[in-house]
Amino acid sequence: MAQWGRWHRGVSVAKRWHRRAPTPGLSPWGVPTSATAGRRRGWEGGACGGGGAERAGGAGPAGCRPAGHVALRQRSPIYRGAGAHSPQSASAAARPAHATTATMTHQYPALTAEQKKELSDIALRIVAPGKGILAADESVGSMAKRLNQIGVENTEENRRLYRQILFSADSRVKKCIGGVIFFHETMYQKADDGTPFVQMIKDKGIVVGIKVDKGVVPLAGTDGETTTQGLDGLSERCAQYKKDGADFAKWRCVLKISDNTPSALAIMENANVLARYASICQQNGIVPIVEPEILPDGDHDLKRCQYVTEKVLAAVYKALSDHHVYLEGTLLKPNMVTPGHSCPTKYSPEEIAMATVTALRRTVPPAVPGVTFLSGGQSEEEASINLNAINTCPLMRPWALTFSYGRALQASALSAWRGQQDNATAATEEFVKRAEVRAMALAGEGC
Amino acid sequence: MTHQFPALSPEQKKALSDIAQRIVASGKGILAADESVGTMGNRLQRINVENTEENRRAFREILFSSDASINQSIGGVILFHETLYQKDSSGKPFPALIKEKGIVVGIKLDKGTAPLAGTNGETTIQGLDGLAERCAQYKKDGADFGKWRAVLKISSTTPSQLAIQENANTLARYASICQQHGLVPIVEPEILPDGDHDLQRCQYVTEKVLAAVYKALNDHHVYLEGTLLKPNMVTPGHSCPKKYTPQDVAIATVTTLLRTVPAAVPGICFLSGGQSEEEASVNLNAMNQSPLPKPWKLTFSYGRALQASALAAWVGKSENKKAAQEAFRKRAQINGLACRGQYVVSGKTDTAATQSLFTASYTY
Repeated sequence: MAQWGRWHRGVSVAKRWHRRAPTPGLSPWGVPTSATAGRRRGWEGGACGGGGAERAGGAGPAGCRPAGHVALRQRSPIYRGAGAHSPQSASAAARPAHATTATMTHQYPALTAEQKKELSDIALRIVAPGKGILAADESVGSMAKRLNQIGVENTEENRRLYRQILFSADSRVKKCIGGVIFFHETMYQKADDGTPFVQMIKDKGIVVGIKVDKGVVPLAGTDGETTTQGLDGLSERCAQYKKDGADFAKWRCVLKISDNTPSALAIMENANVLARYASICQQNGIVPIVEPEILPDGDHDLKRCQYVTEKVLAAVYKALSDHHVYLEGTLLKPNMVTPGHSCPTKYSPEEIAMATVTALRRTVPPAVPGVTFLSGGQSEEEASINLNAINTCPLMRPWALTFSYGRALQASALSAWRGQQDNATAATEEFVKRAEVRAMALAGEGC
Repeated sequence: MTHQFPALSPEQKKALSDIAQRIVASGKGILAADESVGTMGNRLQRINVENTEENRRAFREILFSSDASINQSIGGVILFHETLYQKDSSGKPFPALIKEKGIVVGIKLDKGTAPLAGTNGETTIQGLDGLAERCAQYKKDGADFGKWRAVLKISSTTPSQLAIQENANTLARYASICQQHGLVPIVEPEILPDGDHDLQRCQYVTEKVLAAVYKALNDHHVYLEGTLLKPNMVTPGHSCPKKYTPQDVAIATVTTLLRTVPAAVPGICFLSGGQSEEEASVNLNAMNQSPLPKPWKLTFSYGRALQASALAAWVGKSENKKAAQEAFRKRAQINGLACRGQYVVSGKTDTAATQSLFTASYTY
C-alpha cells in the first residue's frame, strides 16, 4: 500500500475512489451507472435492426430502443448534420418527429459540429508540427520496474517526485511536447509548491491526457492472447477526467506475433474494444488515442510484422467506422514495423521506415490527423533514428508522424536522478534535451 | 517466417502499380466507353440511330481515331467485350489504335446485377465464374485494366448490411483475380443518385460503403497501389428539393474519401452517374480546387459525361465525324483541366453539355 505523504491532506473524492472496491450500480463518483442511457446528445445507442443501413457494422448489444428515443434525438435543437462542413439547416431543428426517413439525413449523428470541432482542434494541437507526446502514464507496477533499475523505492512520494522532475521542465519543452499522458494517480498529484501537475502542464500550453484502460485480460481458447478491459463506467470516468483537465485519453491493446497469433478473434476483439473506447471518449469531449500495439517479441522478420500490422490496422479502422467514430478527432499510436527482437536478420532504419509508412498508407485513412509511434522497447537512440527515417521516407505521408514515448524520453532523466533531490535539476535538464532531440527527428533533422 | 503466402511477386506489384500510375497521370482520366449492347441502344435511340453492331463500331471508331493529342487528357479507355475485338475502317484493331496513342486499354469484366433475395430490391454482381481465364485472355488481347461495377441504392431501408457486405466482397474477389493476371482492377461501388435524400445522407452511406470495400480488399490481400477506385461523387438524391453548390459537393466528397480511402490508392476516378457533362466537370474541378488534402489523384471515368455532345454532333452521319471528334476532344480537355482544378467555367455552354443524363435506376 502506498504511503501517504504530507501533500495528501485534502485529497479529493476522486482520488480516494481508486482504492475503494466498486459498488455495483454506482460509478466511482457515486453516480448511478447506466449503460449507454440516453444522456443528452451523447446517446450512442441508436435504433436496432430495421433496415440495417445505419448499422453497417452490425447492431450493438444494447438491444432495441423504442422509436420514441429516435424521435427525441430528431427534435433536439442541437441535432446537426454529421458532415464535417455540413451547412447548418435551421429546418433540422424544427423537423417534426414523424419526418419521413427518406428525407432524413444520415443516421443518428454521434457528435454535433461543435463537438467535432473541439475534438479536431485538440488532436491538431497535440500533433502540431514539431511536437510529440510524453507518455508518463506508467502504472504503479510499471513504475516499480523503472524505479527498481535506479535503486529507488516505489513509493507514491517517489513517483510524485519523479514526475515533478519531468513536469518542471522549462518552456523549451513547449516546442517539442504537444501532450502528456498521465496515470490516474498523477492527475491528482501536486508539485512541492502545491501547484497541481495538471495545471503545470497546461500552463506550458501542453495538452493533458489520461490512461483509461484497466489492463489486459485473457481470451479463453486462444494461444495466450488478450483483450483489454476498462469499458465499465468509462463514460462517467471520462466526464470526470474532462472536468479535471484531461482533453485526451489513451487505451492500449496488445497483440503478439507467432506461428498462430494474432488470431482472427484477437484482432477482431481488440479492434472492437478500441472502437467502443474511442466512441465513449468522443462523447465526453476527449480525443481517444487508439493504441493497437503488436509486440516486438519473437524471431519473425520485417515482412511478417508488416503483414500483421496491415491486417490489424485494417480491422481497427473498420471497427472505428462501424462505431461511428469521428476520425479527425482521434490519434493512432501504433508500433513501428520492425523485425522481432530475436530475428537474426538486420534491417536499416530506411527499411523500417519504408515498411512502416507503407503499412500505414494502406490502412490509415488520411482523415486521421496524426500517428504517434510507441517506442516499444527500442532504445532511445533507435527510436529517434527510426522516427527520423520515417519522416524522410520518400513515400507521401498525409498524417503527422511523431512520437509518443515513455522510456525513450525518460531513461536518461531517470538515471540522472537516481532518487536524489540534488540531482533533480540535472535530471530535468536531461529530459528537456532528450525531448528536443526527439523533436528534431520529426523534421528529419535528427540523429 | 515471413508474411503469409504473398499474393503477388514484387515484379507483379511493380507492373500493376506502373499501369495504375499511367492511367491517372497528371491531368488524365478515363473514357468509359464500355456500354453494353443494351445500354448503347439507349444512347443511340436518343439520337435516332439504329442499334446495330456497325453503328456501335462506327461511333467508337470516331472516339478512338481522335487526334493523338487526346492522350493529354485521356489516360485509359474502358471497352466492352465486343469492342475489344472490333477494328477501325482500315482494319486496325481498336486496342492497337488506342495503345499507339499511349492510352491504356481496359475491359469491363462484370456480368451485370443479380437480385439478393430477402432484400428490398437490392442486388449483387455476377461474373466471377471463369474470371481468371477471361482475365488472362484479355491481357493477351491488349487489356491492362478491368472494371467491375457494383450497385447500391439509398432509401429508408437500403443499403442493407447484406448488400454492402456482399458487394464489397465480390468487388474484392474480382480485384484479387484481376491482379493475379496483371490487370489493374478498377473498383466501382456505385451508390445511385436516385431518391430525395440530402447530401449528408449520401455522405454517410458512402462512408459506410467505402469502409466496407477497403476492409474487404484488405481481407482478400489486394495490393492497393495496383488498384483504382471509381466511386460516385457525394451528391444529394436526384429528387432532393435542397440545392447545393459544387463546393458543398466537393467538400462532402473529399471528406468522405479522406475518412475511408487509404493513401496507398493512386487514383480516384469518379463516375458521372447521370450528371450533365458540365455538372460533372464543374464538380470535379471544385474538388481539385478544394483546400482539403488530397493524397490520391482525383480524376474522372466518364461515359455519358464525355460522350453526350459527341453523340449529339454525330447523329449517325459519317460526315459529322470531325464535329463529333471536336465535341469529344473539347469535353476531354475540359475534364483534363478539372483534374488540375484549372477549369474556368465559361458563361455559355451548349445544350448537350448541360442536359441531364440521369436515368432512373441506371443499369448497364
